[in-house]
Amino acid sequence: MLLIPCPWCGERAEAEFTYAGEGGIARPKNPPELSDQEWADYVYYRHNPKGTHHELWLHLHGCGKYFRVVRDTVSNQIYGSAPMLEAPPAVPERKEV
Amino acid sequence: MKAVAKYRLPSGGHIDRSQLLQFSWGGRTLHGFHGDTLASALLAHGIHFVGRSFKYHRPRGIYTAGVEEPNALVTVGRNGRMTPNLRATEVLLTEGLNAVPQNAWPSLDFDLLSVNNFLSPFLPAGFYYKTFMSPAAWWHKRYEPMIRRSAGLGCASGQADPDSYERRYAYAEVLVVGGGAAGLAAAHAAGQSGKRVVLVEQDWLLGGSLLARTGETIDGEPARAWLAKMQRELAAMDNVQVLPNTTCFAAYEHGMWGLLERLRHHGTEQDKPNAPRQRMWWLRAPRSVIATGAIERPMVFANNDLPGVTLASSAATYANRFAVKPGDRTIVFTNNNSGYVSALSLIEAGVEVKAIVDTRPAPSGAMAQRLLECGVTIFPGHGISRARGWHDLHHLRIAPIDEEGVAQRGGVLMSCDSLAVSGGWSPVIHLPSHQGAKVQWNEEQACFIVAEAPAGMAIVGGAAASFALAQAVQEGATAGASAVGATAPAYGAIHGAEGALDCDSIAWIKGKRGKAFVDLQNDSTAKDLALAIREGYESIEHVKRYTTTGMATDQGKLANVNAIRIVSKIRGLPMNEVGVTTFRAPYTPTTLAAFAGRELDDFLQPERITPLHDWSVTLGAAFEPVGQWMRAWYYPKAGEDMHRAVQRESAAVRESVGFMDASTLGKIEVRGKDAAEFLNRVYTNGMLKMPAGACRYGLMLNEEGTLFDDGVISRLADDRFFISTTTGGAPRVLAWLELWLQTEWTDLEVWLTSITEQWAALALNGPKARKVLQPLTDIDLGHEAFPYMRFREGQVCGAKARILRVSFTGELGYEIHMAPEAAVSVAEDLMETGAEYKITPYGTESMHLLRAEKGFIIAGQDNEGTTTPDDLGLSGLCSTKKDYVGRRGAERAGMRREDRKQLVGLLPENETLVLPEGVPLGAGELTPPFPILGHVTSSYMSPTLKRGFAMGLLRRGHKRHGETISALVKGAAVPCKIVPPMFLDPDGERLRGEDA
Amino acid sequence: MQKYSAISLAYHAFRGHRHWQRAWRSPEPRQHYDVIVVGAGGHGLGTAYYLAKHHGLRKIAVLERGWLGGGNTGRNTTIIRSNYLQDESGGLYELARSLWETLSQEVNYNVMFSPRGVLNLCHDEHDLKGVQRRVLANQASGIEGEFLTPAQIKKEVPEMHVACPRLPVLGASLQRTAGTARHDAVAWGYARAADALGVDIIEQCTVNGFRIEGGKVRGVETTRGAIEADKVALVPAGHASVLANLAGFRLPIESRPLQALVSEPLKPCLNTVIMSGAIHGYVSQSDKGELVIGGGADAYNGYAQRGSPHVLAGSIGAVCHLFPQFRRLRMLRSWGGVVDIAPDASAILSPTPVENLFINCGWGTGGFKATPGSALAFAHLVANGSPHPKAEGFTLNRFASGLIIDEHSAAAVAH
Repeated sequence: MLLIPCPWCGERAEAEFTYAGEGGIARPKNPPELSDQEWADYVYYRHNPKGTHHELWLHLHGCGKYFRVVRDTVSNQIYGSAPMLEAPPAVPERKEV
Repeated sequence: MKAVAKYRLPSGGHIDRSQLLQFSWGGRTLHGFHGDTLASALLAHGIHFVGRSFKYHRPRGIYTAGVEEPNALVTVGRNGRMTPNLRATEVLLTEGLNAVPQNAWPSLDFDLLSVNNFLSPFLPAGFYYKTFMSPAAWWHKRYEPMIRRSAGLGCASGQADPDSYERRYAYAEVLVVGGGAAGLAAAHAAGQSGKRVVLVEQDWLLGGSLLARTGETIDGEPARAWLAKMQRELAAMDNVQVLPNTTCFAAYEHGMWGLLERLRHHGTEQDKPNAPRQRMWWLRAPRSVIATGAIERPMVFANNDLPGVTLASSAATYANRFAVKPGDRTIVFTNNNSGYVSALSLIEAGVEVKAIVDTRPAPSGAMAQRLLECGVTIFPGHGISRARGWHDLHHLRIAPIDEEGVAQRGGVLMSCDSLAVSGGWSPVIHLPSHQGAKVQWNEEQACFIVAEAPAGMAIVGGAAASFALAQAVQEGATAGASAVGATAPAYGAIHGAEGALDCDSIAWIKGKRGKAFVDLQNDSTAKDLALAIREGYESIEHVKRYTTTGMATDQGKLANVNAIRIVSKIRGLPMNEVGVTTFRAPYTPTTLAAFAGRELDDFLQPERITPLHDWSVTLGAAFEPVGQWMRAWYYPKAGEDMHRAVQRESAAVRESVGFMDASTLGKIEVRGKDAAEFLNRVYTNGMLKMPAGACRYGLMLNEEGTLFDDGVISRLADDRFFISTTTGGAPRVLAWLELWLQTEWTDLEVWLTSITEQWAALALNGPKARKVLQPLTDIDLGHEAFPYMRFREGQVCGAKARILRVSFTGELGYEIHMAPEAAVSVAEDLMETGAEYKITPYGTESMHLLRAEKGFIIAGQDNEGTTTPDDLGLSGLCSTKKDYVGRRGAERAGMRREDRKQLVGLLPENETLVLPEGVPLGAGELTPPFPILGHVTSSYMSPTLKRGFAMGLLRRGHKRHGETISALVKGAAVPCKIVPPMFLDPDGERLRGEDA
Repeated sequence: MQKYSAISLAYHAFRGHRHWQRAWRSPEPRQHYDVIVVGAGGHGLGTAYYLAKHHGLRKIAVLERGWLGGGNTGRNTTIIRSNYLQDESGGLYELARSLWETLSQEVNYNVMFSPRGVLNLCHDEHDLKGVQRRVLANQASGIEGEFLTPAQIKKEVPEMHVACPRLPVLGASLQRTAGTARHDAVAWGYARAADALGVDIIEQCTVNGFRIEGGKVRGVETTRGAIEADKVALVPAGHASVLANLAGFRLPIESRPLQALVSEPLKPCLNTVIMSGAIHGYVSQSDKGELVIGGGADAYNGYAQRGSPHVLAGSIGAVCHLFPQFRRLRMLRSWGGVVDIAPDASAILSPTPVENLFINCGWGTGGFKATPGSALAFAHLVANGSPHPKAEGFTLNRFASGLIIDEHSAAAVAH
């Protein structure tokens, strides 16, 4: 069970959280101008890296906040977390495959 | 006083000779002492032969003295407490213990399936992949049932387990795994800091290998005295928790550990039937000291599995810890120094050791000298080419070997009744491996060790191949201290086992005859490994899976390294290139129910009930689970079945008045200056111009453009809304709304609050609804004063209430929201004032029927995951003047095709027929297979229309009104007329109610 | 290919089993192949087999970064069924299921397909309606299956606690022609049969790049050097996104840990495969006697082949709930795989943005059952460039068009 550092509540067990998918996906500003494929890119397509992953978690059974986490999807090492309005935590070195 | 068992030594051991215990083995009544294991008690009676192997059903004896035992698997207990596959070496002897052998029929001594042993030429590794293929149907019908019957070990009891289990979450700064000398030193050093330390030991006694040896001293005192002192001092530290009988079975992510604490010994559970039998700890400990020791390996030679063969250190353990001698005439076979340690230890305990067979050509040193002085014959450069016996061992063929381990001519045949073997030692590195630690072969100590310990973990003592007692204690103390940022205490003189094993690379004596077992339980032999490699199953994982080596209940604790050695020899590859198979949790088998804990039976999931639940119970309601909620389904009167109750309830609502408990509706308050803007983005319809006091039905889509949830939006004030969601959807909708607010539209000032449980709700419906409610409220319910789709605040029955004039039935309807504690009295008052109108409580089933007559959908029933508002005929609710979540998704080419499945009404030509929900729709006769054009989503008998009617999703449905389609009912095509999904009052006249 | 049979086994027994041929060769990679299949799991090896057998291709290689059959093929819980809800899925899975019936004979390797029946339980009215609908849809499509009432379930599986106190079993679908098979044997059987048709299976060969010229794939870069190919077929399961990334495109895929476990071996105590979507657990008993237990995937992306214990505990709890007599039994081994999950929980068999590069992925938590059908249909796609008739809806286009194949459940929302 992962130990997830909520930026507001500190480290808590994974069971308190809900995974909310890849982070950094912004809703397009101009939906009508996008092609069907571009819309699909936004809705369905993901980086899914083996290595450093920018992701969102929701502290559902806690403060109720979504926040950013950077985690290695192989080692599960968490490089840090940050509130939504702050920059994502720095990663020591880029390990994306 | 019973006679002392024949092989019990007259003195010594960690047993309590004052507590004589009676137990039963396969129907025989025997005796042992408190402190015995089942295995030691059996050995004390000279009973080695206790089990049969998996494949060949060969007689097998007690091979070890610990958790690595592959052979001595027994079934313990009776009735629901019968537990199969327990290792006799782990079962503490208790008074009245009932144990029986398993995997043998009709009896252990005469097992019919032992014929497999003589058929073995036809049963090589993987034989079942090459046979049983013809004729095709016979595999499942004939061959497989036969294989299944002969496979398996013990039997499940077939009865419910009467015991309970619990789970505990805990935290410690330092976890020490293993209560041997190294672990004790670590816990002691860490504990002195005052930080929280947990020490776990799988045995019921602390001490580890100290219990199996004599003559060792630590810090200048005898090891036993030091052990007692450590236990005393640890017990005195409030911050240290010592957990004996507890296995650390898994290392999980981020410093989490799985511990299984056995609170009751086998055979004693009934003494405290209400206390938990086992407790699973999910312990978070950022730092750990792995002091799990090492496991001795067998030697591989012909008939190395006979009863009477044990590991050398296990023989020493039986002699020293349990005061049981393995036999009258013992021979030791070793390829390393530890065989000598065990031999000396056996001699000191009073066991006759006849000879030592050593694969190494020139063993020397003080230990060899001492053994010679004791009159032990040493055979250097020899191996055992074959053991002889069947139910027990009686002779060994001792032969000279060459540098490849091949037995040469010559040698001697020696009689004996027990053989103690040592093929080197394997550190227990399972826990670091669970966390992905890489392992590497250490040539010096001839074992796999962890190359780099995972962060926070220190590996000490035998687990790190530090086999010398002095080194183990010092490493433990250092690791324990550094885990808490302290410096290690200095220890005085430590005298004990030496560390260098000088282990030979030969662990496999190649002879001409007999089976040389690598995996004892699964009966895989050196020949099987060679066959696998010859057939191209070269990767160690292929070898393992093809031969099943290492897949038995000991998970290769004894077999794996020998298998890798043999593969390394055959393939001519270094050990590191052969590699290892992955260790997986659990370290030892772990009770399933301990994982489940209390979350079983009534506590499998929480059950949510409404404030009106008990009130509905008193009315005799039947309930249906909806997610975790229990909802009143229908309220049968005496003699009524569901159908008749629903017909009566539904008719009452149409003709007069009824009400239902709507408390489970999800409810969210939306507040802030941008609340309207926010809702305008997440609902398909416009929200900006909605006045305070108004209600609106709205759809939420996901970005795919399909229906996500629906509900009613009520505007309380400019900056304040109250929205309802489906019963099951509330948490999901709230999390989803928060996602938009917190991650996308962070500039909006909006706050969301779940108020599902803060407001109970009653839906009052029917032409007489106004008449019933008006006397109970200060709100003017007049049609003009309080129009449809409006909302008012006021009092109902003296309680503060919000009333929404909405309708899910097509009748005049009021949804009364009030504090949960007021709900019962409001319901009772409604019953009272409504009595003259025969007011009728109704359940979810009638609600479903009533709404279907109006063509209202139930999100989750009348749509699929791909259904758009347009498919449901609800495009009128989708604004064309704004963007909203899901709009672009629903505009994609495939989402607008004419041949999509669209919601239609269906009227079976046979008016008395109610189509079963879910039946497929198609054209013509519907002889399977036929193309499915859709299915029935909702279907009822209408008491108002006096006929069956349905809704369904149908390809190109919107364009098919007036056509006929077939539904497949009980194998027959039933013609149905396709109509718009609106069966009653299309102009909404009934919404006014009476007295409007 | 040396024939496997009881007779050949006896013949070799008398010769000490010294003359068995290798099941597959261990060749050096050639410079050029007609088709390179990346990934030697069951789907990949099967693809190579059908390319050689049905499409007459001879120069085929299967590249595997580890050992063949070592991915999800070798770590799944072997359930085979075809009673899916949507027509497209039913068609493809039924194709696979029908191939399972004779796969042992087809490849002359006993894959131990055992149609012992699969029950899918339901525990509430909503669930019940969904299962009834699915059974009817299957029957209409010619897929065998029936609906069982609690009393019928009790008769079929007397061991199960049907009237359990919380969430009792209200009904079930039963597919009698569904069951289990021996997972390793599928990979080994296809490997041996493909090898006999001349397919080069190259283990310990990691693809770490693609040669793409003018939008067309020309070959792959590997740890054993560059290899040219006219066509490249990716069958990488959990690692689909990793390979797609190397080829310069993204996929609608997320990789998640999926865990499973076995108990210690027991004498036969459960004949049928029992699955419950509502309480997230399933169980069957293997021929070896182990109870094989699994449940849903972990929630987060992960390539670690490890998951969180509370997820596993949930699956175990579900089985203990339904089978109180199994509670005292013990977990022998647990493990994890990496499953590639598409947004609609359906597979992807598709051309890609790179010409002559094809991908087969997205089988999520249930790919094993599809192995022969997936391989057959994918071989068709790779050989002809157009989808197999039973797999037309499974291309990447569906995400742009919106015509997804939703297998999450009958409906997106619980009422």
